Amino acid sequence: MARVLVGVKRVIDYAVKVRVKPEKNGVVTQGVKHSMNPFDEIAVEEAVKMKEKKLATEVIAVSVGPTQSQEVIRTALAMGADRGVHVEVSAAEYDLLQPIHVSKILAKLALDEKADLVILGKQAIDDDANQTAQMTAAVLDWPQGTFCNKVEKTDAGLTIAREIDGGLETIKTKLPAVLSADLRLNTPRYATLPNIMKAKKKPLKKVTPKDLGVDTTPRIEVISVEDPPVRQAGAAVADVDALVAKLKAGGHI
Amino acid sequence: MSQLRSKVITLYKHLQYLGRDYPGLNGPQKFRKQVHDAFMKNKDEQDPKKIVALLAQGRYLAKEVEALYSLKKYRTVKQRYND
Repeated sequence: MARVLVGVKRVIDYAVKVRVKPEKNGVVTQGVKHSMNPFDEIAVEEAVKMKEKKLATEVIAVSVGPTQSQEVIRTALAMGADRGVHVEVSAAEYDLLQPIHVSKILAKLALDEKADLVILGKQAIDDDANQTAQMTAAVLDWPQGTFCNKVEKTDAGLTIAREIDGGLETIKTKLPAVLSADLRLNTPRYATLPNIMKAKKKPLKKVTPKDLGVDTTPRIEVISVEDPPVRQAGAAVADVDALVAKLKAGGHI
Repeated sequence: MSQLRSKVITLYKHLQYLGRDYPGLNGPQKFRKQVHDAFMKNKDEQDPKKIVALLAQGRYLAKEVEALYSLKKYRTVKQRYND
């Protein structure tokens, strides 16, 4: 195993309360704290651990997005990645960028950088699509190990424990492969200030989707973004008869 | 002595940096003030042994805060996606 490619996404911080814009065409991102997607942090940590165990020689962090996405690449570099690739997409285009585009970009980069393993977070906490890893594997025609709980190197490939409903499933894959990290794969390390400063000296390459030959014309149009429905207030009833009458009136019995 | 001094400054900077994410209303301000006060309280300490002990205490605190952040994040994400 030589190179590991890790995808990182800049999302609104997990602790921030997300608000919908009054125009209902998206959520408020101006002046809101952003950070690396928690699942991507786990993916970076796993790649860095592999490097520390000498299973990998180089860890490359990739992010697709506007200029600010470089922040999360820096964080990944501070956590121990060796170099970064920033695929620059304009903010307007980024709003309509879909996992299909990202997976094509990642697949192209994985081939260009001669990566043997691609590790991604299982989903981003902003759009919750949970599609990028699966589609990247499909585009590359590589085996996939999704929702990884444990990854171990064996002779020819990897043994992966996957999180499934009510338990774990163990699978074996050959390399190269695409993995997606679930929550319990590991505990990500904290990017300390000295490491962030050191990360500024690590190389960061900038490319555009056009350089990679990937068409990012939007396939969708956002019609409306709405808040989730607010829970209706309940009411106290005097006795059982009143309750039954209310339920009947509501058509529940 | 000068080596210890730089270690103390590094620890102070690290704690101040960690404080930026401290949870709660005015959490960062409160935490950073507390760190500042704790350092000021011991600013006249001259005994190298005591300074080393205080450094160890500070590093322990930093680890605890890092663990707190990671646990908070884990719990929030788990609650949203795994329960």
